[in-house]
Formats: sequence, C-alpha cells, structure tokens
Amino acid sequence: MKMFVCIKYVPDTSEAEVKVNPDGVSVDSSRFSFDINDADNYAVEESVLIKEANEGDITVLSIGPKQSDVMIRMAMAKGCDRAVRIEDERIAGYDPLMVAKVLGGAVKGQEFDLVLTGCMASDDWHMTTGVALAEELGVNHVSMVKKVEILDGKKVKAYRELEGGLMEVVEVELPVVLTIQTGINEPRYAPIRGIREAQKKELKVANLDDLGIDAAEVNADASLVVLEQLYIPQVESSAEFIEGEPDVKAEKLASILVKGGLV
Amino acid sequence: MDFALSESQLMIRRMVSDFAGKELAPIAAELDRESRFPHAILEKMAGLDLFALPFSEDYGGTGDGYVAYVLAVEEISKACASTGITYAAHCSLGTNPVYLFGTEEQKLKWVTPCAKGEMLSAFGLTEPDAGSDAGGTKTTAVLDGDQWVINGTKCFITNATYAGMVIITAVTEPGQGTRGISSFIVPTDTPGFSVTAPYEKLGLKASDTAEIIMEDVCIPADYLLGKRGEGFKQFMQVLDGGRISIGALSVGIAQAALEAALNYARERRQFGRPLSKFQAIQFKLADMATRTELARLAVHRAAWLKDQGQTFTRESAMAKLFASETAVAAALEAIQIFGGYGYTREYPVERYLRDAKLMEIGEGTSEIQRLVIARQLGC
Ligand SMILES: Cc1cc2nc3c(=O)[nH]c(=O)nc-3n(C[C@H](O)[C@H](O)[C@H](O)COP(=O)(O)OP(=O)(O)OC[C@H]3O[C@@H](n4cnc5c(N)ncnc54)[C@H](O)[C@@H]3O)c2cc1C
Repeated sequence: MKMFVCIKYVPDTSEAEVKVNPDGVSVDSSRFSFDINDADNYAVEESVLIKEANEGDITVLSIGPKQSDVMIRMAMAKGCDRAVRIEDERIAGYDPLMVAKVLGGAVKGQEFDLVLTGCMASDDWHMTTGVALAEELGVNHVSMVKKVEILDGKKVKAYRELEGGLMEVVEVELPVVLTIQTGINEPRYAPIRGIREAQKKELKVANLDDLGIDAAEVNADASLVVLEQLYIPQVESSAEFIEGEPDVKAEKLASILVKGGLV
Repeated sequence: MDFALSESQLMIRRMVSDFAGKELAPIAAELDRESRFPHAILEKMAGLDLFALPFSEDYGGTGDGYVAYVLAVEEISKACASTGITYAAHCSLGTNPVYLFGTEEQKLKWVTPCAKGEMLSAFGLTEPDAGSDAGGTKTTAVLDGDQWVINGTKCFITNATYAGMVIITAVTEPGQGTRGISSFIVPTDTPGFSVTAPYEKLGLKASDTAEIIMEDVCIPADYLLGKRGEGFKQFMQVLDGGRISIGALSVGIAQAALEAALNYARERRQFGRPLSKFQAIQFKLADMATRTELARLAVHRAAWLKDQGQTFTRESAMAKLFASETAVAAALEAIQIFGGYGYTREYPVERYLRDAKLMEIGEGTSEIQRLVIARQLGC
C-alpha cells in the first residue's frame, strides 16, 4: 500500500488573542503556537494503522515554513517513512484549489494507492483541499471518513459520517483520496525511540521549480479568490429571558429549541 | 552561544507536553485527592520510552541526555508534580547511581530494566537522625563471608513501596566519618527488607513516600556499588544531578501556576474589567513569568553542563534553589490572583502550592543549597 498523507501546520488559537494585522487580510500569528491540524493528526494515525495492518509505505506532504519540520518529523516518529516539505512564497496558500494543485504536483508521476488528508483545517475551515486534490489527481475521493477497511488491496470500504449520526458506506477502487474525520482512531504519541528514528528519515525540502510546477498556475494571479478583509465581528448580546411559571417556561424553551433545529 | 533546543529535543518536549496535557492533567486533581499512585500513567510513560531518556543505548536507554530528560520532567510536573517526582526519583536518584558507578554487569542487570520502565527504583539516603546531615548515617553494612548484612532505617523514601531496587547508603567503616560510608544495590524482595505504610503528606499526595526498615538484610558481596568508603562522594554526585531534576519539577509547577493565573485573570471581571487589566495583577504575572523563565534557563544550563561532561555542582544547586523558591512564590501569587476561589479545591492552584513546598526541602533544603553554593564560592 503506497500512501501519501498531507498535513498542515496551523496555529492554536484557543489560548492567544486573535488580532488582525494592519493590512486587514492577515492575522498576527507571532504569539500563536503552531502544530499539526487536528484532523490531519488523525489522518497520520490512520495511515500508520493501515501500514501496520497491510504493510506499506507513507510519504508525508506539507506546505509550510522551516518551523514545521518538528511537526513533520513527529509524523515520521509515529511511523511515516519520508517527507517532502514544500516551501515557496509564490503559492496562494489561502486558496484551497491552488494548494491542491501544489500537493497534486508533488504526488503526480509517483505510484500511489491512498492519499489521506484531514477533512478540514482548523484555521480556514475550507473543507476543500482533499477533495480538490482528488480532482487534480483524477482519482476517486471519499470525504469525512470515520472508518476505513482495505478490501483485498484493490478497494476500500469507507464509512462517512452524515448529519444525525447516519453512516454512509461506500466502496471505491484504489487509488483514492480519503479526507479523514477526527475521532476515526486514537492518535498515538510518538515514543522517544520513534523520535530518534525520525531523525534518520528523509525530509526533502522542495520549491515549485523542484516539483516542476509552474508558479503562474498556483500564485495569487492564478487564484480566483481575492481575500478582501478579515475582521473580528462585534460581539452582540442576544440573550432572551423566558418569563412565566415553570411549565410555561419549559414549553417556551422547548418550542425555541425545536424551531432552532436544536432538538 | 546557542540557546536553541535541537529538533529532537523540541519534539520530545512537544510529545511529552501533549501526552501530559491530555492523559495526566485531567486526572491530576483526582490522583491528589485520593492519594492514588499513578500506576497506569507510569506504564504509558514506559511505553513512550520516557524512563530511557537519560541513559545510554547500551543499557536500555535512548541516549538523549539530561537536557531532553529535564524537558520531560518539566512537562510531566506541569500536569502532575506527584508523577513528576515519581519519575525524577526513579531516574535521577534510584537508577542513576548504578549508571554512574556500577560495573558493566551491574548496569546491565539493574539499569536496563529501570530504563525500560520494567522496574521502579528508589534512593535511600535520609534517616531519622541523618537528614541534611546525610553523612551522619547510622545504617550499617557488615561483610560476612560473601555477603553484606545490612541493618538500619531510612525515612522519607520516594517510591519505596513500589520499587524493585533501592540504593542504600550504610556505614561500612565505623569511626571513619563520611569516608566510612558505602552504597549498595538492595533488591526490595530480600528477606528482612520491609516498608512501612506511606506518610500522609501536605502535597505530592499521589507520589509514594515511605520508611524502609532493614533487619539483617543479606545481599551478595558484589552488590556493593563502586568502592568501599566512596558512598558519601557518590551520593553528593547523585544529588548534583537530582537537584537539576527538582529544578525542572519546580519550573513545571511554576509554569502551571502562571498559566492558570493568567487565564483566570483574563476571564475574571471585577469593577467592570478583567483582572488582567489591573496593573497590580499585571505586575504579579510579569514577575511570575520572569522568574519562571529565568529558573528554566538555570535548569537547562545546569543540565547542559552535565551533558557536556563539565562540573555543575554550583549551577545545579543554584538552579534548584532559585527554581524551587520560584515555584512556591508563583503558586502563592496564583492563589492571590484567584482570590477566594484559589483557596478552594475547585481550582488547581492550592495543589500547586502544596506540591511546590517540597521542592524547597527534598534533595537538600534551601538552607543546604545556600551552604553548597557558599562552599563553591570558597567560603
Ligand atoms: C516527600 C519527600 C520525599 C523525599 N524523598 C527522599 C528520597 O527519595 N530519598 C531520600 O534519601 N530522602 C528523601 N527525602 C528526604 C529529604 O531529602 C529530607 O527531608 C531533607 O534532606 C531534609 O532533611 P530532614 O527532613 O531530616 O530535615 P533536617 O535536616 O532536620 O532539617 C530541618 C531544618 O533545619 C535546617 N538545617 C539543617 N542543617 C542546617 C545547617 N547546617 N544550616 C542551616 N540550616 C540547617 C534545614 O534546612 C531545615 O530547615 C524526602 C522528603 C520528603 C518530604
């Protein structure tokens, strides 16, 4: 099983305050700590589980700065075999279609059975990159995958989690791109011995020219997306106080919840 | 000069921080409340090779060295200082003496299982009448044919209840003072070796601290560690390393106190503003952050000197002294910032204070650290 797993270096915005830069289209990330995107962490684990069960070989792909090497090596410490980090200022990284083109360019020309990505990135929430990558590679895809079974090395059975807890099961032929949902597995921690091993594995750094990708196809001019503004919305208070006797209150509350589609 | 951690050190810190944050921090309050020894966590730590960190590959270690090890101690202790001291006492105090002074055979036999986390170890130095004055050991070891017969009591021994092996100091040459002390590897299943019920402590409640009683404990002659009469010199050296890990433990607690206080100060509003907007509170947080960072630097530097094979007695005493006093101060200030809530068990800061206090006592009190530093200055 030849696999690629695509991972993204994202800021943890849960602790530090988010501030928009004076340019109005970027965020001051100097105080954030960065790490692997949550869903991608599950994708890495799933690829390693598949490798452990079926044998195989995993290449990590990531577009990101030098600081993300620690994250990439961590994926190798868990069992991925090698990595390519793509660093090139010309990539219009805010546009998932451009990102998919770059990742696709890195995969093309190589044999592969499975490409795993997270189902979404916690910074921009596009939920698009993995699916666009499948299109770019001209292969099948299954999105929001919550369970994977490899069938006789030619097909996979993928379980998609739908609204309301429904499970949809699809069988697709390899090669295929799967976008992985959080909770599909329990991501492991890299043991110290794995961390040592990872130092010996290959981490190649490539720019667009190295990958044979024409910059004019993936830069801001090529992108149809124009990032106009980022801003932090005014916080509005919209609390509603429900008055009345307990049974009246309960009825009102229940009807609000039902109307809002919450129950 | 290069202050940067290596890539593998950064990875180790990230992994341990992740592990401790997700697996240990959520249960730390419960372990403390129930005084429950963290067996399951220690097993997971063994699986991640954490006990192997400071030891070389020849003896089951990973050869990452002391800097990597103190990074791990800090992250574990930030989540749960009880687990931190269990870990540090095992590596720095219980296993390290054999690693430093053992014969090849002793190292293979004892360091290997300890580095793999298959066996827990402890260090029995303190006695009821020999605390700060550890050279005043009363425990005796007498060579009788091909075995040593040991008699005596050790108190306050971390991990004593669960250890498979304890390093013990005992007088072998009576009347020769500190030159008459030797150290021994004592398997805890030796007849005559017993452990009392653990102490009820102020803090570090999930760690195990108990008294060891040895009555005619017979061990083979070759369980002597190093040479006869070198026990005192050896344990001074062991404590030099151990103090760095107490420093790291302290930094972990101080960092936890700082983060808890900062988050709380940002959220809690009084007089229409978050506490963090009051200068009086800001200054407290700034001082906590500054001291914690300086303590961390001192700990890293001492560990680095040790990894470089340079002397570090003074630096490790300074790091331990400064870091432990920082941890206590940070925990106290954190409680102050939390106000009445900080005084309750609903928030972790009272635990930080109870745990931090031991850092000023164990492996040499603050007074003893000042004595060590003064001696190093040539006083
Ligand atoms: C939770 C816990 C875990 C421990 N784990 C271990 C362990 O694993 N192994 C082990 O061997 N020991 C362990 N200890 C023991 C610890 O190292 C001793 O408690 C410590 O060294 C102090 O000794 P003492 O308690 O006898 O105090 P004492 O030596 O009686 O000191 C009492 C006070 O007098 C001061 N004092 C003593 N001498 C001087 C002096 N010359 N000048 C100025 N002031 C002085 C001290 O600083 C202290 O304030 C542990 C203790 C605790 C509480």
